[in-house]
Amino acid sequence: MLSIEHVSKRFGTRQVLTDVSFDIADGRLTGFVGANGAGKTTAMRIILGVLSSDSGDVRQGGVPLTADDRRRFGYMPEERGLYPKMKIGEQLVYLARLHGLPPASARRNAAELLERLGLGERSGDLVESLSLGNQQRAQIAAALVHDPEFLVLDEPFSGLDPLAVEVVMGVLGSYAARGVPVLFSSHQLDIVERLCDDLVIIAGGEIRANGPREELRERHSSPRFEIRTGDDAGWVRTVPGVDVLEVSGGFAVFEAQTDAASQAVLRLALERGPVLAFSRQRPSLASIFKEVVQ
Amino acid sequence: MSTPSGTADRYPVPTLRQSVWLVATREIVARLRSKAFLISTGILLLVSIGSVVAGGIASQNQTLPKVAVVGSAAAQVVRQAGTLAAVEADDVAAAEALVRAGTVTAAIVPAESQAGYPLPLRVIALSATPLEVIGVLSLRPEVTLLEPSKQGEGLVYLVAIGFGLVFFMSAITFGSTIAQSVVEEKQTRVVEILMTTIPVRALLAGKVVGNSIMAFGQIVAIGLLVSIGMAVTGQHALLGDIGPSLVWFAVFFAFGFVMLASLFAATASMVSRQEDVGSATSPVLVLVMIPYFLVILFNDNPTVLAIMSYIPFSAPVGMPMRIFLGTAAWWEPLLSLAILLASTALVILIGSRIYANSLLRMGARVTFREALRG
Repeated sequence: MLSIEHVSKRFGTRQVLTDVSFDIADGRLTGFVGANGAGKTTAMRIILGVLSSDSGDVRQGGVPLTADDRRRFGYMPEERGLYPKMKIGEQLVYLARLHGLPPASARRNAAELLERLGLGERSGDLVESLSLGNQQRAQIAAALVHDPEFLVLDEPFSGLDPLAVEVVMGVLGSYAARGVPVLFSSHQLDIVERLCDDLVIIAGGEIRANGPREELRERHSSPRFEIRTGDDAGWVRTVPGVDVLEVSGGFAVFEAQTDAASQAVLRLALERGPVLAFSRQRPSLASIFKEVVQ
Repeated sequence: MSTPSGTADRYPVPTLRQSVWLVATREIVARLRSKAFLISTGILLLVSIGSVVAGGIASQNQTLPKVAVVGSAAAQVVRQAGTLAAVEADDVAAAEALVRAGTVTAAIVPAESQAGYPLPLRVIALSATPLEVIGVLSLRPEVTLLEPSKQGEGLVYLVAIGFGLVFFMSAITFGSTIAQSVVEEKQTRVVEILMTTIPVRALLAGKVVGNSIMAFGQIVAIGLLVSIGMAVTGQHALLGDIGPSLVWFAVFFAFGFVMLASLFAATASMVSRQEDVGSATSPVLVLVMIPYFLVILFNDNPTVLAIMSYIPFSAPVGMPMRIFLGTAAWWEPLLSLAILLASTALVILIGSRIYANSLLRMGARVTFREALRG
């Protein structure tokens, strides 16, 4: 488990991070969400040790991180970049060796990863000869080639075609399944919603919400229900303690002031005929994000 | 540390030395694969070997002016002198014909009358009195030189240009290479991955070491080629004169280049685009050019050379020059080397600070103050 504890950072007169604290748990995918300039990249750079924080620190199992610990991390910066005039395979081997892998394992890892990311045939090609999407895959390979013990990826999905998104999601998931803590940021809230186990929302350099995804949704869900019945649902308006927001045919959305009121709607519906669906509306990540950021 | 599963076979974190070496190796391989580098090195080597061969041919043609001789007395004089090549002619008319044809510079024939001349010989030349022939036939008084010059003037000039040019070319070639490689990493943003992987000082040191090895290798290759060329073309005497200063040149160059390379890397790290490398590194270029021009203009001025031989930027050219001229005491190169080492260490310290502080600053050029303060 990696803990970011009370980290603050100022660039000149601009306060970029204010008392930022959150945890990244082993074996879980943590999504890091925030608008442009919210402080995601700065926070990631501080975790990686590229930048130093003004106060606070990053700990692993309660112990502050050392440079040696960080060499076992994998990082994909938002600003992509590899040596354009170097062969992809060689480049990956070079990076793996900088992380400390012996030559043989470095070569094996590079070959396996390229194969897995669909670049097996391109190992001997120069990076500059790859399409943008393939460069992006190579970049992900660069973050993974040394079997990192912790993964930080800044916008790993931007610039990827839907097929590549699936591949990368699969790869990240398999790392988490091996127990590696994974932190990734993304603007694409739908991907974060599908992929992440935990969620951290940052705005204006402050953490606005953080915790397991389902818990957050629970916390932010309103007492709003949906019901779908066989025939017209207009009768729901007559149930006491219920405000109807929308009715169209057999479908209705309503807010119940108490649990008893929502159960009463369900009971009455069953008495009238078959109920096709009844559920509490869960807020989408986008709406939680909007709510906490404001 | 909570170790996640799947990484049971933990590899050891590489030492600083290993990291530096990995970076240096990549630099060297990248250089060796660059066509531009191979071609420019080839040209430099060809030019150096060519100048040695040309010098050898010129000196062989020069040493023995040919004279026509008539009669045994004349032939004997020429043989004893050893600085002239004799061409036997049958009679005076034949000798005259050789002179007119330009085959020989002069002819030595028996004198027609001995009146007024101590030698029974007469010299025939075309339009001017042939001094080198007269010198052989003249009586020579004792000569005392108050300040004997150890080397010939023309040779001094050639050696000055040689040292100056080789230093200048290598420093510029490898200096701009290192500058470009720094900006390439910054411009392509690969530097952010590198910075999270190895310490910044390992990255800088690796670049400096890699390029210094290449620059030094080039210097040694040139030195070897020149030495072999001199030996093959029979210029052993010159080799003996120039040898010690060549060795000192290599030593001074090795440390001087490390200093320049750090400066090139530090100044280049302050910009983010290849287009800006030139203007960013121009102050360093001037530092490289000054000794080149000074040594060409002032290679006969002992005061300027003495000052040059102690200033770290010009010492790699100035000190070997003075050693070649024989004007440096035995301790002087050692003192100058100590000064060079101290300044190299200082420059590396300041340079690595500028480098580390500038690497993540994209866009506008980083000012010196920002780079130093961090």
